[in-house]
Amino acid sequence: MTEVPLLQVDDLHVTFDTEDGLVRAVDGVSFTVERGKTLGIVGESGSGKSVTSLTIMGLTRGPATQISGSAVLEGTDLVSASNEHLREVRSNDVAMVFQDPLSSLHPFYQVGSQLVEAIQTHQHVSRAQAFDRAGELLELVGIPDARRRLLSYPHEFSGGMRQRAMIAMALANDPKVLIADEPTTALDVTVQAQILELIARLQAELGMGVVIITHDLGVVAETADEIAVMYAGRIVEEARTDTLFDAPEHPYTWGLLESIPKLTGPREEELIPIPGRPPSLINRPSGCSFHPRCPYVREAHKRVDPQLEPVPGDAGHRTACLLVPEVRRELWSKLKAGAEPEKARAEVPLRDEEDLERRDADGLSQDAGLDAPRR
Amino acid sequence: MGRYIVRRLLWVVVLVFAVVTLTFVIFSVLPSADPARLRAGRSPNQQLVKDIRHRFKLDKPIYVQYGKYIGDLVTNLDFGHSYQNDTDVLDEILKRLPATISLAIGGAIVWLIMGISVGIVSAIYRRSVLDRVAMGLSLVAISAPVFWLGLVALYVFADDIGKIPILPGAGSYVPLTDDPVEWFTSLILPWCVLAAAFAAIYARLLRGNLIETMSEDYIRTARAKGLSERKVILKHGLRSAITPVVSALGLDLGLLLAGNAILTETVFNIPGIGRLSYNAIINSDLPTIEGVVLFGALFIVVLNLIVDIAYAFIDPRVRYT
Repeated sequence: MTEVPLLQVDDLHVTFDTEDGLVRAVDGVSFTVERGKTLGIVGESGSGKSVTSLTIMGLTRGPATQISGSAVLEGTDLVSASNEHLREVRSNDVAMVFQDPLSSLHPFYQVGSQLVEAIQTHQHVSRAQAFDRAGELLELVGIPDARRRLLSYPHEFSGGMRQRAMIAMALANDPKVLIADEPTTALDVTVQAQILELIARLQAELGMGVVIITHDLGVVAETADEIAVMYAGRIVEEARTDTLFDAPEHPYTWGLLESIPKLTGPREEELIPIPGRPPSLINRPSGCSFHPRCPYVREAHKRVDPQLEPVPGDAGHRTACLLVPEVRRELWSKLKAGAEPEKARAEVPLRDEEDLERRDADGLSQDAGLDAPRR
Repeated sequence: MGRYIVRRLLWVVVLVFAVVTLTFVIFSVLPSADPARLRAGRSPNQQLVKDIRHRFKLDKPIYVQYGKYIGDLVTNLDFGHSYQNDTDVLDEILKRLPATISLAIGGAIVWLIMGISVGIVSAIYRRSVLDRVAMGLSLVAISAPVFWLGLVALYVFADDIGKIPILPGAGSYVPLTDDPVEWFTSLILPWCVLAAAFAAIYARLLRGNLIETMSEDYIRTARAKGLSERKVILKHGLRSAITPVVSALGLDLGLLLAGNAILTETVFNIPGIGRLSYNAIINSDLPTIEGVVLFGALFIVVLNLIVDIAYAFIDPRVRYT
């Protein structure tokens, strides 16, 4: 791990100036993507996961957008890079696959010519050569009869084939990082698995760093090496995938896990939705952003802003929760055993009140975190 | 596609027939001046009026007149003769058509160039000073009536009465076949006056469409490919945003060719279809009215057919069967 990571995002803030006020879409996000590894970013809509990835490619730039922090790709900061430089980076170094392949492909151009365009933007090759390469790409992503299919229009493809074509387009210039933003959300369940398999296979073959952004933990369970859970523009928990599923630390992650249907286990076991709605990013809740929806909230949580801190005894696992670790572990073991949140809460004494009061008084919470101080 | 075009063309026949019939009905039902009296001149004697009436078969029942008109039209492509001066209606229309076509097509080129470029710039620099000025001016252009704008243009630029006499003024139209240079210079003012309102409407239309298109997912994809912003806008944005402009163009051009350029023709004294139809109407000259209406209907339906075919080339999802 002494190697410099492929992509290092550090303290990224993205703020949109809208008529309703300042939207803090991304509020201090840091993560790394290693070569040949997959990072899953999970969160509800509006948690800032898509904005994070679009910002890495410079696609959120605009007069009403303020961006700070850094996203260093092999020594170059993409946040401060010029527009010209970013155009070189796009598709060449960082490529992206979007959620809805039908609306993401131009309806008026043949799939082949859209691929050729991506190739010719960055490689000085003839149209015929680019066309050959486009055919190879379609073959690579498993579209049968690829050369003939180059002449088809997007509306003549099935949903799965469109997403394959999008992936082919993303691979056109051998990117170092592939960002897949909800790559399977618009697809049938059977096709979803194929697309995820395809991404995993291509990553193994091409050695890219992959970021998969999703609202569905199930999507990243098989494919990601590490998972970052985002809530209200921040990462609230990050861990290796197996750790996140076995020993999650944040009540929001618990909620996400409890709301996934399980095939094993008794049928009558109910899915437990997370109550409430994602918070407004304009008027963020005070203290812990998750406190209005958290079943284990204490008074102090409404005042103290939790920082992403390492989980004791578990390297690489970090969470931003004000509950003390022992309490979190007890709560999770109750939930895992099938208890409902209220029951778990009643059974486990939340003995962190005094601890929090002390930290609050000491002002420790301000600088206890690993994150840089907030603006 | 071929079958589609044939079917549409058959519909054109039905439509033209309906238009001709409707015009006949309107003319005979609504009160209008007696064409024979108008032809006979000031204080005519009864016999003259009667003779004229007989010559144009105006003394026959309306259905007989109608039957004869349709019969001549279908069998000989005979549009009849003007009640007013006995000229052959078809000849008269064909003589007037080049002026109207020159005016309409030249005007369309001017307003397309103006409207599309202003629309693109306004969409890209949305809410900038440039955009606000352009959209403000476009409102003025839309609101300014052609007869006012035309007179102002003449007052400023016409070589006879203008303050900056640099361009030929009213009544200077010469056919293209006589003198191309003079044809061109004489039409510069009419083209600009005719195009002003259309350019403004098209600029606003394109601006709105382009702004909407630029928020499409496939624009984001184009940017993610690393394309230059210029290419993103012109190749990916404009291609989609231009479609409503194409259909508007078909309709507007059809209407102008059908005689809607009458105000411009009148201000600049251009002998076109619009003025022909105006004179026909005030003289209750039914054969000329019928001819003008028929040609107008033809222009509108044929241009709309062309628009529909163009659509299939612009948007591959459109398929006619």
